[in-house]
Amino acid sequence: MKEIDELNLPEDLNYAEDHEWVLRDGDTVKIGISDYAQDQLGDIVFVELPEVGAVFNKGDEFGTVESVKAVSELYIPISGEITGINKSLEDSPELVNTDPYKNGWMVQVKPGNPDELNELMNRNAYLEMLKGME
Amino acid sequence: MRYLPHTEEDIKEMLQTVGSESLDALFSMIPENCRRSEDMNLPESLTEWELDKLMENLSNDIAASPEYKSFVGAGSYEHYIPASAQYLLSRSEFVTSYTPYQPEMTQGTLQAIYEYQTLVSRLLGMEVANASIYDGASALAEALLMSIRITRKNKVAVSQLVHPLYRQVIKTYFKPSGYEIVELPYLESGLTDISGLKDLEDFAAVAVQSPNFFGCIEDLHTVGEMAHEKKTLLVAAFTEPLAFGLFKSPGSLGADIACGEGQSLGIPQAFGGPALGLFAGKLKYVRHMPGRLVGETVDRGGKRGYVLTLATREQHIRREKATSNICTNNSLCALASAMYMASTGGTGIRSLARLNYDKSEYLKSAFRNAGIGIPFEGATFNEFVVKLSGGSRKAYDRLLKKKIIAGLDLAPYYSELENHYLFCVTETKSRAEMDRLVQEMTS
Repeated sequence: MKEIDELNLPEDLNYAEDHEWVLRDGDTVKIGISDYAQDQLGDIVFVELPEVGAVFNKGDEFGTVESVKAVSELYIPISGEITGINKSLEDSPELVNTDPYKNGWMVQVKPGNPDELNELMNRNAYLEMLKGME
Repeated sequence: MRYLPHTEEDIKEMLQTVGSESLDALFSMIPENCRRSEDMNLPESLTEWELDKLMENLSNDIAASPEYKSFVGAGSYEHYIPASAQYLLSRSEFVTSYTPYQPEMTQGTLQAIYEYQTLVSRLLGMEVANASIYDGASALAEALLMSIRITRKNKVAVSQLVHPLYRQVIKTYFKPSGYEIVELPYLESGLTDISGLKDLEDFAAVAVQSPNFFGCIEDLHTVGEMAHEKKTLLVAAFTEPLAFGLFKSPGSLGADIACGEGQSLGIPQAFGGPALGLFAGKLKYVRHMPGRLVGETVDRGGKRGYVLTLATREQHIRREKATSNICTNNSLCALASAMYMASTGGTGIRSLARLNYDKSEYLKSAFRNAGIGIPFEGATFNEFVVKLSGGSRKAYDRLLKKKIIAGLDLAPYYSELENHYLFCVTETKSRAEMDRLVQEMTS
C-alpha cells in the first residue's frame, strides 16, 4: 500500500470524509473515490452504480464498490440528482484503480444544494485528515 | 475432505498449545448463565437390537412405502434412486462435504459442486446456478428477496397455485421486512389467472409454479412477457424438476430466476427432509444471488482448479449487507442430485420423464373411464386433480386400510375444493397397482 506522501491528490478537487472526491464541472459535479480509497480497497472487481434520475440526500448510500477482499458502500458527499453514470466501469471496474480521477469517475450529479460544496475539504485539509488517521 | 473426530489426546495437545487447562477453562469467557451446568437429560443408550425394535415399532405406525402404495406427490416424489448414486454418496470424502473454504484441501468437493451447478443450469435452462440452498420453499422466498434487491421495488405477486407450504414460508420470510405479497387467483382451468398482471405497477417479481400445485403446466412464456413489459421479473418455481425432461425449461420460457425443490433428483423422501433447494438465474443478476458459488479457474501453473467465488456477497464478508443470511449450501443433497443426474444423463432424464407422464396419463384415463371426474383439463406431468363424489373421505379411509394412499385431500389447502384429491404417479407405480387403485375406488 502507498505511503501518504505517495498519494496522488489533485489540487482542483474537493474531498469528503468517506474518501469520495468531487469535481465541479459547470452545473454538475463528477464524483469518484480517492487514490487513498482505491489503494486501501485493492483490486476492484465490480462497481454498482445507481440509475440515472435517482435522487439522494447528502450521506446516502449511492452504490457499492467490490474489491477482491471487501465490499464498501459509496456515500454521496452532496445532495442531488444523478444525471450520468460511468458505464465503462461495468466492463472495466479496474479503471477505478488505474485512473481514479479521470476514467475511473463514478457518477455525475446535479447538486440539490450548491452550498454543500463549500463544506467539502480541499486537498490540504484532506491530506491532514489522512495523516491524522495513521 | 475427510472428517476425523478429535481423540482425547488431540484435545489435550491442542489445549496445551493454546495454554488452556481444560475445555471448561477454554470456554470460560462465555457467561455462566449461558452455559449448561447439569448433564443433558437423555434416555439410557440402547443396544443395537433394542434400537432396531424401537424403529420397527415406529415404522409400523407410519404409512410408508414400499409396504404402502402411495399416490401422493405434492412436493415430495417417490422415484427410483440408482445404486451407483447411493454408493458414490456414501464415500467418506463426500459424506463430510462441508463448506469447502480451503481450495488447496478440497478440490474434489469443489469440483463436485461445480458439476452440480452445471447440471442444474442445464436442466433449468439458466445461465448460472448456485451451490444449492435448503429446500424449494426457501429457494423461492430467497428468489423473491433477490428480485426486490435487483428491481428496488418492494411488492411481489405470487400465484395461489404455488405450493401452499411454500407460500407460508414466503410469508414468514417477508413478515419482518414490510414487503408486500399479492396473491394471484386461479382459473377454472387449473391455471393461474394472469389477466391482472397488466394492472400491476411497481412489482419486483411474479412467482408462478410450473407444473403448478394442481399438476398443470402453466404458460410461463406469456407470464414472462407480461411481467417484463412492466419491468417485473419472472420467478419460475417448481416442485418436480423431472418435468423439465419433457416440458420446456424455465430458462427457455423467459424466467429471470428459476428455483424449487430438487428432492426428485436422487434424494429419498425421508418423511419430508432433508431436501434440496435448486436456485438458478441470469448471469447479469449473479451478484444479487444468495448462497455459495463455485467457479472454475487456473492456478499459478495454468492448471484447472476450483474455488468459492463472488464470496463478497456473503455474510462472513458483507455482514448485515449480505445478499442473504444463507452462507452455506445443502452439499450432501446437492451431490446426491449431481450423481443422480450424471447417472441418468440427458436422455435418461428424458425417458424417465416420459415414463412418468405416460403412467400418469394412463391413470387419468382409467379414472375417466370409471366415471371419476378430472376437473382441470390442461396438460399435466405426473400429478393431476380428481373430483370424487360426496363421501370420498370414506373411500380414502377404506383404501388406507388396504395400504393404498389415494391422493392428497385438497380441502385443507383450498377450502373451495372439497372432495378434490391430488394424485401422483411416478415410474415406481405399475399398471397392476394403478388398475387396483381404480378398482378399489369404484367398488
